[in-house]
Amino acid sequence: MKRVYVNEEWCLGCHLCEYYCAFSNSGETNMVRALKDKAIYPRIQVEGDNNFSFAVSCRHCDEPLCVKGCISGALSVSGGVIRLDTEKCVGCYTCILSCPYGAITINADHGVQKCELCPAREGVPACVEGCPNRALVWEERQ
Amino acid sequence: MKKQGYVIIGNSTAAAGCIGAIRKLDMQSPITVVSKEPHHIYSRPLISYLLLGKTDRERMLYRPRDFYEKNRVTLLSGIAAQSIDPQAQRVALADGTILPYDELLVATGSSPFLPPTEGIEQVKKHFTFMTLDDALALQAALSADSRVLIIGAGLIGLKCAEGIRHLVRSIDVVDMAGRILPSILDEDGAKIVQTHLEQQGIRFHLAAKVAQYQGQQALLDNGETIPFDVVVTAVGVRPNVQLVQDAGGEIRRGIATDAFCRTSLPHVYAAGDCAESRDIVSGQERVLALLPNAYMQGECAGYTMAGKPTPYDSAIAMNAIGFFGLHVLSAGNYEGEALTTQGNGRYKKLFVKDGMLNGYILIGNVDRAGIYTALVRNRTPLAEVDFQKMQISPQMIDFSQTVRKAALAAPH
Amino acid sequence: MAIQYIYPEFEVVRNADRCIGCRVCERQCANEVHRFDPESGKMMADESKCVNCHRCVSLCPVRALKIVKSDHTFRPNFNWSGDAINQVYQQAGTGGVLLSSMGNPNPYPIYWDKLLINASQVTNPSIDPLREPMETKTFLGKKTPCIRRDGQGRLIPERSPRLELSTPILFSAMSYGSISYNAHASLARAAKALGIYYNTGEGGLHKDFYEYGPNTIVQVASGRFGVHKDYLNTGAAIEIKIGQGAKPGIGGHLPGAKIVEDVSKTRMIPQGTDAISPAPHHDIYSIEDLRQLVFSLKEAVNYEKPVIVKVAAVHNIAAIASGIARSGADIIAIDGFRGGTGAAPTRIRDNIGIPIELALASVDQRLREEGIRGNVSIVVGGSIRSSADVVKAVALGADAVYIGTAALLSLGCHLCRSCHAGKCNWGIATQRPDLVKRLNPEIGTQRLINLVHAWTHEIKEMMGGMGINSIEALRGNRLMLRGVGLNDRELSILGVKHAGE
Repeated sequence: MKRVYVNEEWCLGCHLCEYYCAFSNSGETNMVRALKDKAIYPRIQVEGDNNFSFAVSCRHCDEPLCVKGCISGALSVSGGVIRLDTEKCVGCYTCILSCPYGAITINADHGVQKCELCPAREGVPACVEGCPNRALVWEERQ
Repeated sequence: MKKQGYVIIGNSTAAAGCIGAIRKLDMQSPITVVSKEPHHIYSRPLISYLLLGKTDRERMLYRPRDFYEKNRVTLLSGIAAQSIDPQAQRVALADGTILPYDELLVATGSSPFLPPTEGIEQVKKHFTFMTLDDALALQAALSADSRVLIIGAGLIGLKCAEGIRHLVRSIDVVDMAGRILPSILDEDGAKIVQTHLEQQGIRFHLAAKVAQYQGQQALLDNGETIPFDVVVTAVGVRPNVQLVQDAGGEIRRGIATDAFCRTSLPHVYAAGDCAESRDIVSGQERVLALLPNAYMQGECAGYTMAGKPTPYDSAIAMNAIGFFGLHVLSAGNYEGEALTTQGNGRYKKLFVKDGMLNGYILIGNVDRAGIYTALVRNRTPLAEVDFQKMQISPQMIDFSQTVRKAALAAPH
Repeated sequence: MAIQYIYPEFEVVRNADRCIGCRVCERQCANEVHRFDPESGKMMADESKCVNCHRCVSLCPVRALKIVKSDHTFRPNFNWSGDAINQVYQQAGTGGVLLSSMGNPNPYPIYWDKLLINASQVTNPSIDPLREPMETKTFLGKKTPCIRRDGQGRLIPERSPRLELSTPILFSAMSYGSISYNAHASLARAAKALGIYYNTGEGGLHKDFYEYGPNTIVQVASGRFGVHKDYLNTGAAIEIKIGQGAKPGIGGHLPGAKIVEDVSKTRMIPQGTDAISPAPHHDIYSIEDLRQLVFSLKEAVNYEKPVIVKVAAVHNIAAIASGIARSGADIIAIDGFRGGTGAAPTRIRDNIGIPIELALASVDQRLREEGIRGNVSIVVGGSIRSSADVVKAVALGADAVYIGTAALLSLGCHLCRSCHAGKCNWGIATQRPDLVKRLNPEIGTQRLINLVHAWTHEIKEMMGGMGINSIEALRGNRLMLRGVGLNDRELSILGVKHAGE
């Protein structure tokens, strides 16, 4: 199935993926209204600097340690996508403890958040679409 | 297809892991779950959050309402398993039912240990804090005037304290150890968490034990007297090994299992808090009574039971716990050179031994801790990463390009 | 601090109601125009550094930015324009020759825009290119003047080496050094995919690009950088560069800063040294000398590859072309005075050379008159901006066109004309690794392919309109052109009638 893959040689460290992610998950229809004068809590994070960088988000592992370790059952796999049920989550951070990529992060309300491949968009995730240099791609790899 | 099918004793995390694994390989054979507790599968560690109001009975279900139906599982709840006949491959239940099995998983969990203390029998409001029923009973006994005495400053005792703090007048915690959370924190870390808890009005009496209960007073061996209305005992747990022991299975500190979660009895497996597993950091067999461990043991047992032997070879100790907004994450064991960074209410201790990260403790800032956990779990030689930088903050950038590409660009 | 004579040319206009402070403008500006001020929590700008390259504008996710020309002005003076005054200030301040990049921006006549294309009505049918075959394939090289047969009447094959193009467009010479590795990669891959050619320029050929040899024209210029036997044999054709439209009569100067490791290896010169191409080839002082080089190169490649001679369009271009056509060269490339460059002295760029349209018409005419038009193919460059320019060039007598600026535009160039600064924010005219990687060749290649496909479609449409189904039949067909607003002299040089005639 299609996944977000990282081409680190093309990452510019522009951080746009983070902003498009935050916008996509804001529930707003206008980026300015969604993000202006707010701290953003993206589910993808750019590491590195101008010279070398790449973005990290949930890999949607086949053997997801976060799901296996989730104490509340809030994390589950549905159609290959690891989803978080925020209603069920109690914020214990076992998933943060478990994820080998550091892809699960803490949100504004001290709960956790993770990439769910933009379920509301039904298509290319916002980070990939917003990447100006195809450092993030949405494709099937075998 | 197995004619008699699978029987699972216990209805918690390990059972869920086992059911999930079996059904990936075998959609046909019957699965029967036997549970003493009369509940849909729920998350045990969430009982403190239930009292705290962060979850409710419905949301704390570990799996959705249709879990059994979807997985074609027969749940016999509210019935205890009485005995196992490994020769005949049958389980006898308390109501007289005999359940034949092809493969059996024992996931009976653990029970609170109740130390014999003088006068405890006279304490009317005495609780433990393991199950949903425990939590509901405790909640019913509490009022805004309650003075609660918690015996045990471990994970269960302190989560209980957090869960009920807003419901009661006062909380006193007594522990024999000289520091709180002795199983997961070092001395300095324990102090930080203790101070934080004290700021919430929780009082600690450490390096002390209750010598005697006199009515609504506990007399400590250090001479202190603590008045109370309710006592919660949370000094530790004992694996529920009785069924396997009675059937002649090998028991050490918990039920002895091999890498595939097989007990010494044929067709009998064990997983979760009742069973031992191999801690890959220390190399020792021990009971790792941790939820992720239970799930993964149950899962490996499930695969193996369904005919695809799958070893569980990545067990490590790991804990994520938080109290009143202060989070503590830890993993591995604490042998080796300790590298400490501290300040601004944050605390980080990394334990390095034989060129590997053996364990760590993080308090406060826990961002991306899983990267450290992976170093511990994968036994990654630190020479392969830029540990100087990773010590400051865990990042993927400090791995080699090969590792990074495998993580971020390889098909999976 | 000294007096600041030069007021910034542009203003950075930031819509504060929109700006979300993502700082992408700051991160993406190699000129360091944008800056986040932590105290006010706002983005600031130093427009004195802005070159108006639009990188920030293009990447701003909320379209909070625009760059406008400052309306700060000198007292109006038709003679002393603001630019003229500023250039004096600049030179008075530095004592140096002014440098510029890309093509001549000044308002000289653009003859393409004064030529209109014909279409069929009633008396001859137009052709629908979507329904009928339409040939844009063309061959460059010497045309065999007559065919000969052996005793049995079979054709004696005597074909000269030639280039086959799927469409009459080539990517102009742009050296690795003046443009980036990724820009070169994009050009090479696109040329291969399109069945056309790109040109190494005088910077040699990076070893990674040898695989694109069948779609590569390798250049031999006065500095002879990167020229060796393998290089010559790898290309599909060899181009001797005598001159360049942006700077006829002068050499090249790639500053040492751009001679990074890879560039140095490719050019076969030490790292960090300036790469200076002399103004003339010191072994070519006559057509006879040129002939010697042409044949030396042919010898080196076993007479299997065509040789191109590239010259700038200058006053005596027709006579020069006549000489080249007799030198043994297979193709003449003529570069007009609007041609682009990675760096040229401003005065040279803006004042030397002649328009390509006039040069092309007079060369084609002269070679026809002398009966040697078949000796060579003619490729013209120097600001071919659209498929219409291509059609007009072919109708004026060109076999194909070189596109450089248009190719760079499709890679993201915004014509800020600051290539010489080496800080191209689009990753094209730079060797700074953090900037070079901004051009992902996967994207660049696709955009180049798109451009040439689109132009080819349009060329077919225009040909169809004229009732012509083969690009070869359009070549030199000046009846298909009419001039507007041109005087008799211009019309006569162009060899076209005025509209209405």
